[in-house]
Amino acid sequence: MWALRDKYAIAGIGCTDFTRASGRTVRSLASEACAKAVADAGLKLDDIDGIISFNFNDSAPAMGVATELGIPRANYAVDFQSGGNAANLITLTATAAIEAGLAKNVLCFRAMNGRSGFRLGGGRDMSAHGITQYTAPFGWITYPQAMAMWRRRYMIEYGADDEGLAEIAVTFRDNAVLNPRAMQRTPITKDDYYNSRPIVDPFRMLDICLESDGACAVLITSAERAKDMPHKPVYIMGGAYGGGPNQGDDLFDAIRWPDHSHNAFKYLADDLWGSAGIRPGDVDVAQVYDCFTYSVLMALEGLGFCKEGEGGDFVQGGRIARTGALPLNTAGGLLSEAYIHGFNHVIEAVEQLRGVSGPRQIKDAEICLTTAGAMTCASAMLLRN
Amino acid sequence: MSYDKPLPVPDPESRPFWEAAKAHRLMVQRCASTGEYHFPPTTFCPGTALERPQWVEASGRGKVFSWIVVRHPTPKDVYADEVPYAVGLIELEEGCRMTGNIVGVGVDEIFADMLVQVAFRDVTDEITLPVFEPAKAS
Repeated sequence: MWALRDKYAIAGIGCTDFTRASGRTVRSLASEACAKAVADAGLKLDDIDGIISFNFNDSAPAMGVATELGIPRANYAVDFQSGGNAANLITLTATAAIEAGLAKNVLCFRAMNGRSGFRLGGGRDMSAHGITQYTAPFGWITYPQAMAMWRRRYMIEYGADDEGLAEIAVTFRDNAVLNPRAMQRTPITKDDYYNSRPIVDPFRMLDICLESDGACAVLITSAERAKDMPHKPVYIMGGAYGGGPNQGDDLFDAIRWPDHSHNAFKYLADDLWGSAGIRPGDVDVAQVYDCFTYSVLMALEGLGFCKEGEGGDFVQGGRIARTGALPLNTAGGLLSEAYIHGFNHVIEAVEQLRGVSGPRQIKDAEICLTTAGAMTCASAMLLRN
Repeated sequence: MSYDKPLPVPDPESRPFWEAAKAHRLMVQRCASTGEYHFPPTTFCPGTALERPQWVEASGRGKVFSWIVVRHPTPKDVYADEVPYAVGLIELEEGCRMTGNIVGVGVDEIFADMLVQVAFRDVTDEITLPVFEPAKAS
């Protein structure tokens, strides 16, 4: 069992609007989300002494946000050079920093102009340095192109049925319809999924997440302090970060990854469940990193909700709908709510556990899983109310 | 017209690979203590105490481990005239994997474990890219 189980809590949350063109600096988006999270926790900016973010592609430095907000003592201001795989790592790191006495009240945020600024779905520099020299010159450049290579390998191993991916796309959109924050709120059908434009085989347009401008932030503090704050504390039961062998030189590089029909979650599953002392069947609702529909299958299989190769069947028949046994991505996910690099999943997890998700609230939700990352390294967290 | 697609920037680890490619030879690394071949190149053999790998010529034969077919060009202006094109993750006979375009076969005709062999395309005066085409019957 994790030594810090239930000792720390998320006591405040905040986010900006999610848009295609914010017309603002990334730093100002971060500052807005952070200030809202501080106010939500009933704290003042003077109470904040830690601030953590992750900054692959477009971001604002933690100390810049602390400067704009006028936080007088931003002692633990740290930026991780990581992608979506770190969305839960930074919250876990906040607990470690507080436990170590480096800070007391820590903001964690992710901010990006992911649509109007640096587009992850777009191109790269025409000079291919480092590991990119073995990928980009062949026109293997974007993340949809990267992940399609994984999906193809899975299809070779387990069959080419896309019905599970269609179910995921339709179900998450159905949740987004009920979420005023979501960028895509028009219902879709499985026919819409199958008819959506081929982008990079085997992926269609509706397999691929949104690109978004926006920011999300949470405030982490001790369970003891959280009890005196305005909202029901959401306790961090456990978590894990990591991957397997040959994680590669960067997020894109999976040339040496042993087997592309599973990802990092297979390697961190035991650590995750062991940290909280629970099993997959104990989870009431989950926010699973869905940069692609296929990423959801790999997370569910890797974490042991079902066997490898069976995810496509597992997600069908209403199981992942709001009324099912394992409701997933209740805000619409990265596919339909917004792509704030997985940090919007943490916001939704907290709202579900506070019981304030309105028409998309999962009844009696007590334990929520959040995951982050889709390739060779990843993070996950177990939260409870 | 000048070549407008991404070009590798050789570095101390990769220069032998690109120089060999220019001479239409496919090189990978081999670690003497383990006998394993590996790619992409590194300065030290993984899992050893700073052993230096040797560069050796690969047979150029392999099979398709996975592949994608790019339909939507990104960046659009660079790849608009190229789509659809295929990128393969190729398992070389030596046991390591390498990426490259799969050419000489329709993009819808590619299949898992398809036998391929390397060929070379001189794209600039300095850079030659390996590509993989269906293996000829021996």
